[in-house]
This record gives sequence, C-alpha cells and structure tokens, in this order.
Amino acid sequence: MNTAETPFEFVTVSYLTRIGNQSAGTLAELLTGLEHCSDASIFHHTFQTLGSHHFLTEGFSNDFAQWVLSDTNRNDLAEQLAALDIRDYVSIAALRSDLCRVVADYCATYPHFASQSALERFYFCESVEVTAPLGRSAQTLDEFRHGIALLSHSGFYFHFISSRLRLQLRTNDFSHWLADGLGLRTLAESVNNIDIYTNTLDSTRAKLLRLIDRERRKA
Amino acid sequence: MSEVLTLGRIPLDDYAELLGAGEIEELRALATPLRGRSIQMVNSTAVGGGVAEILTRLVPLAEELDLNIKWEVMSGGGDFFEVTKAFHNALHGAPYHASQRDFDIFLAYNEKNRQRLPLDAEFVVIHDPQPAALIEARKPGANHWVWRCHIDLSHPNRTVWDFLEQFVSKYDGAMFSSPEFSRQLPIPQYLFYPAIDPLSEKNCELEQEFIGQVLARYGIDSQRTILTQISRFDRLKDPVGVIRAYRIVKRYFDCQLVLAGGSASDDPEGAVVLKEVLREADGDPDIKVLELPAWAPLEVNALQRASTIVLQKSLREGFGLTVSEALWKKKPVVASAVGGIPIQIIHKHTGLLSHSVEGTAYQIRFLLSHPEIAAKLGEHGHEHVKENFLITQKLKRYLTLLLTLARGS
Repeated sequence: MNTAETPFEFVTVSYLTRIGNQSAGTLAELLTGLEHCSDASIFHHTFQTLGSHHFLTEGFSNDFAQWVLSDTNRNDLAEQLAALDIRDYVSIAALRSDLCRVVADYCATYPHFASQSALERFYFCESVEVTAPLGRSAQTLDEFRHGIALLSHSGFYFHFISSRLRLQLRTNDFSHWLADGLGLRTLAESVNNIDIYTNTLDSTRAKLLRLIDRERRKA
Repeated sequence: MSEVLTLGRIPLDDYAELLGAGEIEELRALATPLRGRSIQMVNSTAVGGGVAEILTRLVPLAEELDLNIKWEVMSGGGDFFEVTKAFHNALHGAPYHASQRDFDIFLAYNEKNRQRLPLDAEFVVIHDPQPAALIEARKPGANHWVWRCHIDLSHPNRTVWDFLEQFVSKYDGAMFSSPEFSRQLPIPQYLFYPAIDPLSEKNCELEQEFIGQVLARYGIDSQRTILTQISRFDRLKDPVGVIRAYRIVKRYFDCQLVLAGGSASDDPEGAVVLKEVLREADGDPDIKVLELPAWAPLEVNALQRASTIVLQKSLREGFGLTVSEALWKKKPVVASAVGGIPIQIIHKHTGLLSHSVEGTAYQIRFLLSHPEIAAKLGEHGHEHVKENFLITQKLKRYLTLLLTLARGS
C-alpha cells in the first residue's frame, strides 16, 4: 500500500455568523447589496449555506436564490441564481460578478419587478471562520478512510467544499491529497465529481467511502 | 458574596448517539485552546424563563469541555424588576413613558451588582437588558465582554433603547436571535439562535405506551388526524385563528384540534383569551383546549409526537422554539412567517409558511392530501434542527465566539 510523504491532516471548522449592516427589500436593493457586501458575506450566503443546509437536495442552492423564490416569487430569477455552481469558482470575486450579472440582467429586463417589495427583507450576513486541528492524520488510504468516516459534518464540509477557495483550484482537499500524496489520480477525479447539490453531506461521504473501498480492493 | 449557581453534571457523550461521535470530537477540538480559561455568564434569574432554562443545560456541558465557566445571577428588588419588566415590554414596542426615576433605579441596582459580583473572568457574557450596565465595571482592555440579547429589538421604544445603547455600544459584541431583531450598532453583531435540548423531558424519545396514556387522559383519538398548537393562551399566538383554520380543514378532512398551553389561572390576560377560545370552540368535541400544569414537559412532548401536523399560527413571535421542538420530532409544521419562524421553516423545504387563516387551512389540507410530502418536510426539519438549533450547536457557537474574541477579530 502507498504511503504519502506528506500526511493528510484532518481539521474541523466552525462558523460564527456576523450580522451585516445591509439588507434588501427589493431585487434592486439585492443588486446593490451584492455589489457592496464583503467577500465574507458572499461566502456566507453561497458556500457556507450549502454546508449548513446540506440535507436539502432539491432546489436549494444558495440564500439569494431561496429568498428570490420565497419572498419575491420570481421563480425564473431564482432558478438562474440557483444554477450558479460554486464548484465553478475559485474566487469570491468571480462568483460575485456572476451573481451581480444575473440580477442586473433580470432587473434591466423586468424593471417593474426590480422595485417590487419582497414579503420579508434579505439580511446580508458574514461568516467568521475558526478552524481547529483534530489531531489525526493519514499517510495511507486505510488511515485516510478511517479519518473521513470519523469526521463531523463541518469537518467534511471544510475539506470537501470550502477547500476549493483555499486551494484556488477546481478540486478539494481529499482529491488533492489522493492525487498528489498517493498518486491516485483516477480516484481523485471520481471523488471530485461527486455532485454536492444532489447529495447530502452524508450521502456524499458514503459515495466517497465506497470509491475508496473499491480502490482498496484493487490493491 | 455573589451567588454562583452549581448545576448537576450532563455527560457530553450522552449526545454522541444522537449526533454522531464526530460532532462531540469537534466540540472537544474547538474547546482545547479554551481549556481552563474563565467565562462568566450573568443574567437576572436562576429559574423560570428561557435564558435560565438554556444556561441550566449549557453551563454543565461547557464544564464537560474543561472550561472554567460560572453562572452568576444579579440581584434586584421588586422596584428593579418592575422597571426592567416595563423596559422589556417597551423594547418590544409597547407604549411606555420612561421617567428619570426608572433610569435611576436601573442604574442603582446595576451599581450594587458591580460591587457584589466579581466580574473578572476573561470572557464575560451578559444576558439581556437587566444587567447591561455592568459593563461599567470593565477595566480598559482587561477582558472580553459580550451582550446576548434574547429579545426582539426591531421596533423598540426610542427613549428606553437610547438609554440602553450607551451601555451596549461599550461591549465587544452583541448577539441576537435573528438579523431582524438587531439594531445598527458600532460593535460587531452576531447571530445566535436559541436552542432546544434533545435529551430534555420536552424533547427526548418517549415510549408509545406513554403517548397513548396522555392521549387517553385528554380524550384524544390516536386513530384520527390530530392538529396541534402548543402555546400559551395569548392573542399574539392567535388561538382563535387556529380554530377558524381547523373549521375550514374540517370541511374536507376528519380531524381533531388540540390547543395546549400553560394554565391561565395566574395570568389575567390569559384567562380572558382562554374564554375567547372556548367561546370560539363552541363545544365542538373534536377541539381539545388543554391547560397544562406548569407546561408539563413530558405531556407537551407526547402531544407533539402524537400530532399529524403541528401549527404555530402566531401573529407576532420571538424566535418560536416550539417550531424547533416539533421539527426535531419529525413533524410537518405549518406556521406563520413572523419573528424567528422563517429561520426554522424554510418554505417548502422544512415546513410550510402561511400568512392568513385561509392560507394556514390550505397548507394543512395540502399536507393531509400529500402525506409523503409531509413526511419529507418532517425529515428535513429534523436535520435542520440537528444542524442549527440544538444545545450542542449553541455550545459550538459560544466556543467559536470566544475563540474569535481571543484572537482579536
């Protein structure tokens, strides 16, 4: 069995939600908020919300899409916002730019909807991140599997979802280490292809463990 | 001498079976840098009310993580609590004319408590407006002070809020239950949800036999549809509106309605509302209006678990934790989109929101027609509570806050 030179260090994360000073009561105000809010706010309402609502696998993608759907009743815009896949982004700036483009285009096409009042206001919040090492590491595939099976939801989310921004790559911590540490590039790619929008964190983890088990049987 | 409350042990590992060992390991990892560091929780009552209920569970759990945590209760006379009760209502938007005498009473008791309480912990957490002026005891740069506001400040009485704000803005941060409840402040504000304890009598698993006994005691038929609203008899909970929604549903579905709340005997307004409810019920044998003694947690638990659908048709609401209680029990919930309810009910994902009697009735009928959707909402609701509204998540939020304060961001 391969042994990696650099071990995989398991970490967990916890987020504190900071309430921002901006809110939106119309689509036009949502656009202004998107243009001016902090990067931590865009992260909170897209990446982080996917982690805290991972059990929803039908039609929930990010807080902006959910608010547009439930509080402004603009299903078409909600669909466009929900279709933005965070896996396509390695920077918040690019994600913000696309969110703004989608809302701005809609407001320009339907100016009468842009100023219509929503049922409830949207409050911009930010994530404050704190990480903590779990004191566990892996150098082999067996140890890696064991560590993943023990992770909390937050720890799994940290390594599998939010890691894309940290790595600035279209991959995640697990795939990155499988490829670079153990040289298992096919397995790394299969892991990276698990759809986090149609799976919960639990079913994603179950799929990942099955892929690892298949690899172990090959050895 | 100050009164430090001593509480019984609550083993953290008892939660592992419900949440998974990984979640408990995570709490321990986050707590490691905080081990032995001192934390003081200060509020104004040792028993009764949501804050005391939460601290009774939270403090022992924090001790399990080797945190040096103490819970102290400020003292005050009848005049102080009269003033703070009036402040509380005024901060919720009730009409109130504050006098200088009221402010003097408030300040005098806070001064007395500053002399009495050793406010020297590294992290001091002050709960609600009553002890807010204790911040004056802080020595510059000496320790971290945060203010936890459990009430809705969205429409406060201006005079009372202006008075309190001078103290609140001296803290390192403030925590609110919803962004909607917060104010524009010069200090960081954080979102801190209230929480339920899955192991408490109100939320723990129950034997089916016990549930059956509770239903039999109140003449509720377990074989027929049961719609339930658990809340005190208060117009803001709209029990009369619930009966009207039930009557619309009853045209299409055979069902019973349970309205259960605390006894109205020592609450003059509650007694009036109870009469209105009984008048509206008009002797319908399928409407059970139950006055439960001191909220009888096990009976509330049994009624929620026996329900087909749980309702919370409030006209105004704080956070509305009865919603989380029902969701934890995997019940489909139909609730008004007010206060903290939309945080718990993500419409069409973890329950259904409504805005009127007719809308409430429609959502109930929809769920009764589609039990598979009702079951899915209940499952998702349970996961939502597990992820966000359990006491262990609240503990995690506190650990994250303390670590954030300690690193100075």
